[in-house]
Amino acid sequence: MYHYDDFDHQLTAERVDQFRDQVRRRLSGELKEDDFRVLRLQNGIYMQVHGYMMRIAIPYGLASSAQVHKLAHIARTYDRGYGHLSTRQNIQFNWLRLEDTPEILAELATVEMHANQTSGSCIRSITSDELAGVVRDEVTDPRPFAEILRQWSTFHPEFAFLPRKFKVSVSGASEDRAATEINDVGVQVLKNAQGELGFRILVGGGLGRTPIIGQELVAFLPWQHLLTYLEAIVRVYNEFGRRDNLYKARIKILVQAIGIDEFRRQVEAEWQLHKDGPSTLTAAEVARVTAAFSTPAYEILPQLDASFEAAQRDDKAFANWVRRNVTAHKVDGYAAVWLSLKHPGQAPGDISADQLDVVAALADHYSFGELRISHLQNLVLADVKQSELYALWQEAKAAGLATPNIGLLTDIVCCPGADFCTLANARSISLAKAINERFEDYDFLHDIGDIDLNISGCVNACGHHHVAHIGILGVDKSGEEWYQVTIGGNKGTPAAIGKIIGRSFSFAQIPEVISRLLQVYVRERDEGERFIDTLRRIGHEPFKTFVYAEQVAEEAKLLLPDYEALQVGVPYELPYFSPRF
Amino acid sequence: MEIIKDKQVVNDSWQVLRLHEGDAADSIAVPQGNYLVPLPVWNCQWEALCGRRELGLWLGGLERAEDIPDDVNRFPVIAIDIHKFTDGRGYTLAYRLRKQYGYRGELRAMGDVLLDQLSYLKRVGFDSFALRADQNLQRALSGFDTFSVKYQASVDVAAPLFNRVARGVA
Ligand code: SF4
Repeated sequence: MYHYDDFDHQLTAERVDQFRDQVRRRLSGELKEDDFRVLRLQNGIYMQVHGYMMRIAIPYGLASSAQVHKLAHIARTYDRGYGHLSTRQNIQFNWLRLEDTPEILAELATVEMHANQTSGSCIRSITSDELAGVVRDEVTDPRPFAEILRQWSTFHPEFAFLPRKFKVSVSGASEDRAATEINDVGVQVLKNAQGELGFRILVGGGLGRTPIIGQELVAFLPWQHLLTYLEAIVRVYNEFGRRDNLYKARIKILVQAIGIDEFRRQVEAEWQLHKDGPSTLTAAEVARVTAAFSTPAYEILPQLDASFEAAQRDDKAFANWVRRNVTAHKVDGYAAVWLSLKHPGQAPGDISADQLDVVAALADHYSFGELRISHLQNLVLADVKQSELYALWQEAKAAGLATPNIGLLTDIVCCPGADFCTLANARSISLAKAINERFEDYDFLHDIGDIDLNISGCVNACGHHHVAHIGILGVDKSGEEWYQVTIGGNKGTPAAIGKIIGRSFSFAQIPEVISRLLQVYVRERDEGERFIDTLRRIGHEPFKTFVYAEQVAEEAKLLLPDYEALQVGVPYELPYFSPRF
Repeated sequence: MEIIKDKQVVNDSWQVLRLHEGDAADSIAVPQGNYLVPLPVWNCQWEALCGRRELGLWLGGLERAEDIPDDVNRFPVIAIDIHKFTDGRGYTLAYRLRKQYGYRGELRAMGDVLLDQLSYLKRVGFDSFALRADQNLQRALSGFDTFSVKYQASVDVAAPLFNRVARGVA
């Protein structure tokens, strides 16, 4: 992975000093909250229902074991002993004190980490493919370009106060695991017919109140021009993006308003002023950064390991786990492994300090000391020998990290919801727990197979419910919490926005609604067909008809007043604060 | 009024001419002396004003680059009024004035200018700063050198870090 040189270290240290001074001035009252708010957001710090939250950047989702041990230490020392992985490959700590945050940043700096631009109206932390560098369907490893973009965007003096947040993701494989179609800018690394390296650039994707799939801005941009071209995009956005309405300020609204052709014309005109200028990427710089992501020292192994095969035959539970949580590697004898953070009874994406230490140790022992965060809030050990999978599984299981449900119904993506977020209409985490309890049976889950279920607590869509096969959205109807269900969304290749099936349901009805959707699938599916494929083939109507045919019963247990995933009071004295802003 | 110029606190005598309700850009009188004239006034009264070398210009965040006069270097001072510090348009406008229009005179940030923004403002080409009234100017002076490392090019450095220095193996 990329390691800091003196320049990176120096800049990170200077950032810590800057923020330490700002917090000191805030605590003494010299800085007012209105002015401070923007400064803390650019360091990933939110004021939430219970206290301060910090979102720490894990650029393109890649972390070393030393970094993860440090996160465990922070969870223990400054938080309540756990963290939360976000859908943008970052980690959040929810229970911090403002006065501790400079020290936390200083501790992070010792392991080459920071919280730069993980929030605020600036270019956010860059995301990428969690399987980068290890999959066969990859054109080229996207991470060097993600790192080059990280540096370019870090403290870019012109773009610290954009109309709104600006998200960039980079993918280099034929299957898009980086959600490039729902980012403000999606960068797809590819090769043209002549074998030259370049990028397909998408612009204007995003979810929230106005879900839109990104459009192609340029089909093939030679690699040298990455920075000058992106700079042109952001400059046009900074000048012409709307600033009068928070909900119309993302670049997608600008692109929709003037049309992709006019937007392209403006970007190209701007680009001509700087094309081939000093910010043009050099082969030397790309080579320097690429060298940091060189492949680890793989052993020469047979394609399939005999003991691994035997263990799957002998141990059904292990075989189940392998089926869902292990995927093929480009190097013979190796595999990539997902450690699931969707354990029944646990808030999706939460990870305890002890678990952080365990996964760091697992990474050291089994996977060259590195691990990755997936955008579906799980962890990946990317370079595990097949012969060691059984031992790894046993250790992961003991730590509650081996739930065999990757890609299954219970691999739920969900936003923090009413337990943490003042904007929420709904209890996302509690609902995820209720669904998990209803569909606990592994054989049933395996039979249903690949399906994406996402939950957002309000229209801001942090849970990405629009692009789930089944999406659930908390809505408010005269002060009561209701849940709207969409079906048919898809998160990648090609991305699609789901459609609402009809009127909303109560909290206690949702598990039954999901059950009915699944019953239609089981009734209608062809051999080997996934839920989303059946839905595409037969359309929404049969699902809708069946769900609403009879009154949906409420699940009794869920009506009990003490049914909560987290027993936390929710004193909404603060004005709005949420991971959204 | 005290401002920061070339990294020093100095007294400044430039006055800002503002259009108030009832004022029209084509008829408002431009007083004698060092006045910063709003762009619409300059564009409407250009023929009458162009002989007055003592005038400067000020731009709000909304101006489009194409409305800006070609001969920017006739102005000893151009100010950009930052009406809200979270509105970043002034940064791109400053960048354009320096890089695209080749403006060499004094470029001033005024309005909602806070000491924590100075290092970025300086990087995009501002060299004088009329800060918001509540800001501590002495403290502000240390805000310029917050970051000694600059990854990307802007007005202050023409090339990104990778084209300026030899970087180690990552
Ligand atoms: S703002 Fe985001 S996190 Fe908060 S409830 Fe809405 S979707 Fe969930």
